Amino acid sequence: MEFIYYFGEVFTPLSFLLLLGGTIGGLILGATPGLSPTMAVALLIPFTFQLEAAQGLILLGAAYTSTVAGGAVSAILLKIPGAPANIATTLDGHTMAKQGQGARALQLSFLASAVGGVFGVLLLIFLTPVLAKWALAFGPSHLFWLAILGVTVIGTLDSPSVVKGLLSGCIGLWLATIGFDDIMGAQRFIFHPALGGGINIIAALIGLFAIPQVLTMFAKGRHNKGAEVIEVQRHSILAAIRELTSRTRALGIGTLTGSIIGLIPGVGGQIAGLVAYDQTKKFSAEKDKFGTGHSEGVIAAESANNAMVGPSLVPLLTLSIPGSPTAAVLLGGLLIHGIFPGSDLFDNHPDVAWTFINSMLIGQVLMCIFGLYVAGLAARVAQVPQSVMAAIVLALSVFGAYSVQGSMGDVYVMACLGISMFFLERFGFSAAPLVLGLILGPIAEANFIQGGMIADATVGKASYFLTGGLNLLLIAVVLASVAYSVWMELLHRRYTTKEEAQA
Amino acid sequence: MKRMIAGIALALMSLTGPVVAEEFPERPIMMMVSYGAGGATDFQARIVTMTSGNEDALGMPIAIINKPGAGGRVGWNWFATQAEADGYTLAAYNVPHFIAQSIKGGVEYSTDSFEPIANWGADPAVFVVGADSQFNSMEDVVAYAKENPGKLTVSGAGLFVGHHIAALQIDKAAGTKMAYIPTKGGGAAAMKAVIAGEVMGGINNLSDAFRAQEAGNVKILGVADLERSSFLPDIPTMMEQGLDVDNSSVNFRGVMVPKGTPQDVIDKLAATVPEMFANDRVTKKMKAGGSPMHIMTRDEVKEMWAQRQQTLNELLAGL
Repeated sequence: MEFIYYFGEVFTPLSFLLLLGGTIGGLILGATPGLSPTMAVALLIPFTFQLEAAQGLILLGAAYTSTVAGGAVSAILLKIPGAPANIATTLDGHTMAKQGQGARALQLSFLASAVGGVFGVLLLIFLTPVLAKWALAFGPSHLFWLAILGVTVIGTLDSPSVVKGLLSGCIGLWLATIGFDDIMGAQRFIFHPALGGGINIIAALIGLFAIPQVLTMFAKGRHNKGAEVIEVQRHSILAAIRELTSRTRALGIGTLTGSIIGLIPGVGGQIAGLVAYDQTKKFSAEKDKFGTGHSEGVIAAESANNAMVGPSLVPLLTLSIPGSPTAAVLLGGLLIHGIFPGSDLFDNHPDVAWTFINSMLIGQVLMCIFGLYVAGLAARVAQVPQSVMAAIVLALSVFGAYSVQGSMGDVYVMACLGISMFFLERFGFSAAPLVLGLILGPIAEANFIQGGMIADATVGKASYFLTGGLNLLLIAVVLASVAYSVWMELLHRRYTTKEEAQA
Repeated sequence: MKRMIAGIALALMSLTGPVVAEEFPERPIMMMVSYGAGGATDFQARIVTMTSGNEDALGMPIAIINKPGAGGRVGWNWFATQAEADGYTLAAYNVPHFIAQSIKGGVEYSTDSFEPIANWGADPAVFVVGADSQFNSMEDVVAYAKENPGKLTVSGAGLFVGHHIAALQIDKAAGTKMAYIPTKGGGAAAMKAVIAGEVMGGINNLSDAFRAQEAGNVKILGVADLERSSFLPDIPTMMEQGLDVDNSSVNFRGVMVPKGTPQDVIDKLAATVPEMFANDRVTKKMKAGGSPMHIMTRDEVKEMWAQRQQTLNELLAGL
């Protein structure tokens, strides 16, 4: 209960001002395509040089929580996921926005973010010692199986056909091999210097999601202008809260999945949203509605990606090991004030530690309030004529891809992937499984190679990867997931054939 | 017409002319860091350049640009081939990383592609084991490695980085063969492997290991440097423990410019930058963050590069 004593610190004038600034700035940065939470926090580090340690961390903590949530804005309104965490949000969120329900989608996403986020930070406050042990329990073999579990999701994610889903997943896995391989340093498929570092995930996201949509808008041409303008429905915040409370299953699954996955170092928030989306779909009574602007999809994805924020800091705060790129940046922010995360932080600087954690808690609430306030206005973006919209999205895409690391190479990568995806979509492939392959490929590969090297030196590959409680548990979940997909596919097939026969 | 255009072009070129040292720098300078934002190199680069806008330093701010990827290769490739050699584009170097990479091939740079300016930091590699490990000295480690060839798993940040070089040197000195496990995700992932008991030992940066030891998670058994570190006065060097391991694996960080930068600009930078590193505010911040400083001038760095090139050529020849 120690954290309650330090709530006062958060509400001193300067601290609260920083918290407000961090939250609003974070929302804006998060909504800007190409600016991931990691980069937003890194950009703010120089500002903390002049501040006290606790105040600097308030700014960083508030910015971290609100950029993750802010990413939903561009994901929903423009179909540009700001970070891998927001991929799943585009699937239903953007469809809702196109139907004129942008306000509803945004309100739900901010409310779900706040619920997930507060839960995640509470986990951080109360269960840190337990969770730290858990985070360490995941070795290379477990991370490998976890990545394989993610791969089993590929076939069923946002794709009408399992085969096409798997095929686009394979394309993603192949794209992930491009560049110098991280462990051995081998060169793979580098035909242009821009590819030396591999495909940048943010540039790829922008290309795969935004560019096909831009091309589709351009392809429609200028005819039937005006007909496309959507009426943006107003949506009251109370209705959104009521809807959220009636979707407890999506909210629960999203929050739990996000918290658990966020804890695992190295996998983190990238796949939390996608896994939560897929799980919610599997357990939902209205499976068919997913992908057509169904609110459960938005709720699951957004509650998951904010729930992951708190637990993702557990390895950093307890063991001094940054579990995610953003945590690594926060480590820099602590070190610059001479504070070492770990027992030193909680024993000798409890004011800094707890003020930081409290600020994230209050930041979640502030983020939700501001988010709800702008949701109605932001949703009007959908009223912009398509021809204008296409140009704006294209400009933002180029800007976003370039700003990732100030390199035109990323813009070329984005353009190539985007144009290819436009044609792939014509053949019924979708971007989400492809991106999942791109994210999971390196995780599975690196952990297999690393685990294999440890295994060769010790107990051998078979017993390293196939024995031990956690390994067996994960393998069982993988098998269950595959079996479920196969069973659903067969069921679905028989159903359609019967229907066709009757027709 | 063509002639006129050529004439105007020539006139314009003579206007811009070569940069004169007195006027340099007249606009902000960019410094490329070939690792991601938040990493140790990036973090230190931001601290040591924070006073560059002062009148007694360069008088112009230095902006950090990150070009991460492939263990630094992406950034240094860009720097060697595309960066403008006008003194306004600097880069941070990491020795022995870039030299080892250039020896292993597949990159477009070598020590000849760059001109060193000054060195700011030296982070030695240290040997760490988990807090509850059976090993209490390098002697224990070597004894185990001799009895179980190829069975002692040791984590490090990647292949052909300082950690790997240190592992190779220990093997060479003790006549052992450890199983070096490179991790993806840098020193942090390698340290996690040690703390979680996935590997029996690890080689890591002194600064990170110091933090982990303070937190009670690891024991540090030896420092791969010529002298003991001021952060860890009680930890003996490898030499003191009978292993012939010199400072070849020490991670030196500093500033360089591309080959072809005008000599007067290099001279100006080489004169000012080491003093900028020695600024009180800089050294205080570096000390607070647990980052060991080691300021070297351009001539000292040149010599260090040449030495490393030779040692690494020999060490990596058999791989």
